[in-house]
Amino acid sequence: MADVKAAVAPGAGRLVRLGAWIDARFPMTSLWNEHVGQYYAPKNFNFWYYFGSIALFVLALQIVTGIFLTMSYKPSATEAFGSVEYIMRDVEWGWLIRYLHSTGASAFFIVVYLHMFRGLLYGSHRNPRELVWIFGVLIYLALMAEAFFGYLLPWGNMSYWGAQVIVSLFGTFPLIGDSLIEWIRGDYFISDITLNRFFALHVVALPLVLIFLVVAHILALHEVGSNNPDGIEIKKSKGADGHPLDGITFHPYYTVKDLYGLSVFLVLFAGVVFFAPEMGGLFLEAPNFEPANPLLTPEHIAPVWYFTPYYAILRAVPAFLNTQVWGVLALFAAVLLLFFVPWLDRSPVKSIRYRGPIYKAALMVFAANFIMLGYCGLKPAVSPFTKMSVVGTIIYFAFFLLMPWYSRIDRVRPEPARVTQ
Amino acid sequence: MTETIDKGRRQLLTAATTLTGAVGVAFAAVPFLASWKPSARAKALGAPVEIDISKLEPGAMLKIEWRGKPVLVVRRTPEMIERIGAHDALLADPLSNASRQPEYARNPERAIRPEYLVLLGVCTHLGCLPQNRFSPGASADGVLTATWPGGFFCPCHGSKFDLSGRVFAGVPAPTNLEIPPYSFAGDSHILIGLDPAKEA
Repeated sequence: MADVKAAVAPGAGRLVRLGAWIDARFPMTSLWNEHVGQYYAPKNFNFWYYFGSIALFVLALQIVTGIFLTMSYKPSATEAFGSVEYIMRDVEWGWLIRYLHSTGASAFFIVVYLHMFRGLLYGSHRNPRELVWIFGVLIYLALMAEAFFGYLLPWGNMSYWGAQVIVSLFGTFPLIGDSLIEWIRGDYFISDITLNRFFALHVVALPLVLIFLVVAHILALHEVGSNNPDGIEIKKSKGADGHPLDGITFHPYYTVKDLYGLSVFLVLFAGVVFFAPEMGGLFLEAPNFEPANPLLTPEHIAPVWYFTPYYAILRAVPAFLNTQVWGVLALFAAVLLLFFVPWLDRSPVKSIRYRGPIYKAALMVFAANFIMLGYCGLKPAVSPFTKMSVVGTIIYFAFFLLMPWYSRIDRVRPEPARVTQ
Repeated sequence: MTETIDKGRRQLLTAATTLTGAVGVAFAAVPFLASWKPSARAKALGAPVEIDISKLEPGAMLKIEWRGKPVLVVRRTPEMIERIGAHDALLADPLSNASRQPEYARNPERAIRPEYLVLLGVCTHLGCLPQNRFSPGASADGVLTATWPGGFFCPCHGSKFDLSGRVFAGVPAPTNLEIPPYSFAGDSHILIGLDPAKEA
């Protein structure tokens, strides 16, 4: 920028002159100011606002640990399982890198679920942040695909059969089903060919998509400005300097706050990595310590915990008209509904603080129900879990589909003009 | 020569160029999408498998692998074929209406020639390999009782199938064992994975 270049005083230090030289050729200072140094965020962020920056950290962690894992991993059916054992036993610090990556996957979903819940708490999906929310849902979808492809790579028996079950979902589509799964697998069963392409998608294609979407998510956020626990627009009350009166610059205020949050997260994360990386079979499932065996099915196939709410929905819908496609459609509908939340929510206020008892109750029931569905999805399809899954599925869909009605009739309190403490 | 811009013409040209480009992109995408289909090597490895059945004794079973799955071939004795018809009331799907098999194997014997039973050794519950328990009556390990007519028993969750691979009611497996496409090549060979040639 021209004005930045002009600002170099005669006799300025080398570093300042180097900065000016770069700024004349690349928008370094203006990018920093727009997104960090002069980005005004509401001053009333609370605990729930840690998870965005933590998610960003986990993404970076997954990319770095992932790169180092690919250096020792072999994406072939005969070598994959052995190469993971090799990483765990023979590669210097390989166990740490792998446990960081496998624990990071679960941590990513925990953080993202909390981040999404924050959105529903404070109305962060509402006008003008609909696109921030939509990019967020796309990130969530890409993350699910990334996790699914990654789960096949260790080529353990649960990897194998989990992929088998998920891929056969596509076989339920009428007419095209059989050729569709053949196309996805590239073979007549989950084989070396399937493993090789899942590897390519996991380490190249989806990380690129994820990074692109994260950039779009943040750009859209910084265009409209952050929401806050009061759900009001700080840009409506600006001071003489043109900056929001209730805003503080992201740096140093929120960089410092986020670093504190990150250090607390890291303490918990390290605790899991060092003391419970398998999380009692929840993060790394027991059958995955045996190599993939197409002729031997594990006793009970369950996806990793972060997919189980949707797995429960899949199993809750019965087959009728001679096809099981309905459960698969319900599964896709359950995720795609998230895109419409900005328009399903008709409340005159955004934040839970000013909403009435109906939305408060609905959101709490939804959150508890989501956890219950996740629990049912981990369990075999027997009574009482089958019945609980059906009830849970109905509640899940009711939360979204009835939202236009109950969010409007709810008794709300007036929003304040300025943020509260 | 005037300086006015013909907006309509410009729009038409833009639309036509965009459309042409889109068609080009669609054509260029085909090789990439098609590259995901089973490769020539995968197809060759998944090609029909020929089995020699000339040395298969009556009452014996052969196990071979086809497309990563075990295929079981049983040469049934006349007594075994006779026993198939005696327990339809105990079966979940005696007529194979809800089960997977080629049309030519949708009969009580679930076979082209009743003497030879060909099926996938993949339990329809969760894909375990069912064991052959062909001798009728109670078994030494106690899992089968005196009424057992002979058939297949899945060791994982106790699903039971008769000598046609039809599932008994009240076990975890929902449907009969799947029959792969197959055909006879003369009297001594079976081709797994190839439907019989249509008769004129």
